[in-house]
Amino acid sequence: MKILGHALRALLFWLFAKPFVALVLGIDVRGLEKLPADGPVLLVANHNSHLDTLVLLTLFPTRLLPKLRPVAAGDYFLSNRLLRCFALRVVRVVPIDRNPASPACHPLTPCLEALDRGEILLLFPEGSRGEPEARGPFKRGIAHLAKSRPEVPVIPVCLGGTGLALPKGEALFVPRVCQLVIGDAFIWTGNKTGFMQELEDRFDALSTQIAPPPFPSHPNMESPA
Amino acid sequence: MNVFSSTMPGTLVVSAMIAALLFFATLWIEILQRLRPGPETATLAKRIRSWWVICILFLGAILAGGRAGVLLFAFISYLAFKEFVSLIPFRRVDHRALFWAYLAIPIQYAFIWIEWYGMFMIFIPVFMFLIVPMRLVSLQETRGFLATVGMIHWGLMITVFCLGHAAWLFVMPLTGIPPGGTGGVVLFLVGLTEINDISQYLWGKSLGHAKIMPGVSPNKTWAGLWGGVVTTAVLAGVLAPLLTPFSAAVAIPIGAAIALIGFLGDVTVSAFKRDLGIKDSGGLLPGHGGILDRIDSLMFTAPLFLHFLRYYYS
Repeated sequence: MKILGHALRALLFWLFAKPFVALVLGIDVRGLEKLPADGPVLLVANHNSHLDTLVLLTLFPTRLLPKLRPVAAGDYFLSNRLLRCFALRVVRVVPIDRNPASPACHPLTPCLEALDRGEILLLFPEGSRGEPEARGPFKRGIAHLAKSRPEVPVIPVCLGGTGLALPKGEALFVPRVCQLVIGDAFIWTGNKTGFMQELEDRFDALSTQIAPPPFPSHPNMESPA
Repeated sequence: MNVFSSTMPGTLVVSAMIAALLFFATLWIEILQRLRPGPETATLAKRIRSWWVICILFLGAILAGGRAGVLLFAFISYLAFKEFVSLIPFRRVDHRALFWAYLAIPIQYAFIWIEWYGMFMIFIPVFMFLIVPMRLVSLQETRGFLATVGMIHWGLMITVFCLGHAAWLFVMPLTGIPPGGTGGVVLFLVGLTEINDISQYLWGKSLGHAKIMPGVSPNKTWAGLWGGVVTTAVLAGVLAPLLTPFSAAVAIPIGAAIALIGFLGDVTVSAFKRDLGIKDSGGLLPGHGGILDRIDSLMFTAPLFLHFLRYYYS
């Protein structure tokens, strides 16, 4: 049953996800060789669009598909039955509760369990897609994960353009080549503030490689506020 | 009906010649990579690998015959327009207007498919010219309005309308060619346009000094241009009897015209990239850059070639 599930997901992956991302959307990837060959890994990306997860999934070889676990907000993705089934069975998200009712169980425990199984967690520490193409502050949950599993490598991935192709609150998809820069792996730095600073710095450095910037100061046209 | 209509043997011969050329280029680059490894040879190797992909797709469509070529060009237009849209700093509010602009691609190619020449000629220059600003007006953001209208329409004109002329050649009836046998003519146009790009690059690299427009493209030299014009004109004379109804006296000037107009397409895309402060239009074709970098000349030569054919051979 489990093997059948993986085979079906691989089929969906090759029939829809890969051709969609490669041809309909289009991506420019830099640093593909920096992706891990196996888990456990914390893959950390900025979040602008629902496309982000799809794009990140297609970067990996089919062999690793069973190990890829996007971390998703339970309150959003488990809100209706159809979405719930899609999120849990097809995308195989690790649902976390953004507003835990009781502090008894840490909301990130499912993530730690996934890492212990050797899985590759795809994490968006902004916590929400937010304003298109603008990076919001990173939440500190990621530091908790890195601290609890200090041997697990953290790989930053900077995405650009997905928030223009399918922004939050917009149902209409407009094709657009998206950019993706994969950074070097690093590990837990010893304290939470230092770790968060390191993560922010690495993202700032990666985002300068995304060319052209989402809204450059073109002499003819400045983006309206 | 025999798929290999009367013009096909020549097309097959030229396809085999291109395959042989690529084969030798691959062999040569493999040797060069062992003798003189470095970033330049690595780029060249990537470029040749991309040429294989381009040639397999393109020659596949030509040899498949019928309207496979129309579908291929529709797809190329889509990739090119997408690349264009991705490079331009459009306003966030333009999202829906851009969606409408994308819709023009299937519609334009549908007109080509059903051979509606009149609509093929006016749909983007007239209808889309009015529809895009209409959709933009309804978004009610006037800041940057004029620039956006201009950029969307220019993108559609160059990547869909101009490139679509190459697709029209597949359905166009020509005197001296049986219906549906125009694949050879398309191969003539596209082959010469691309050969011209390569030969201008090679001539310019080997004996070029005096630059034509250093403000736009520092790599374009007079020696490269004239070398390309002569090479393309000679090749046009050689290939015409295999692929087209043209006599040598007609083919040679056409070859020279393709070379000159192709050069203009090349520098136009260079100017547009310079304005945006980028070197390559994308990363779709490793070693070449983006798709706009590859089809820049074709977007200019296709309309010229089509109207020449319509005037004299239709």
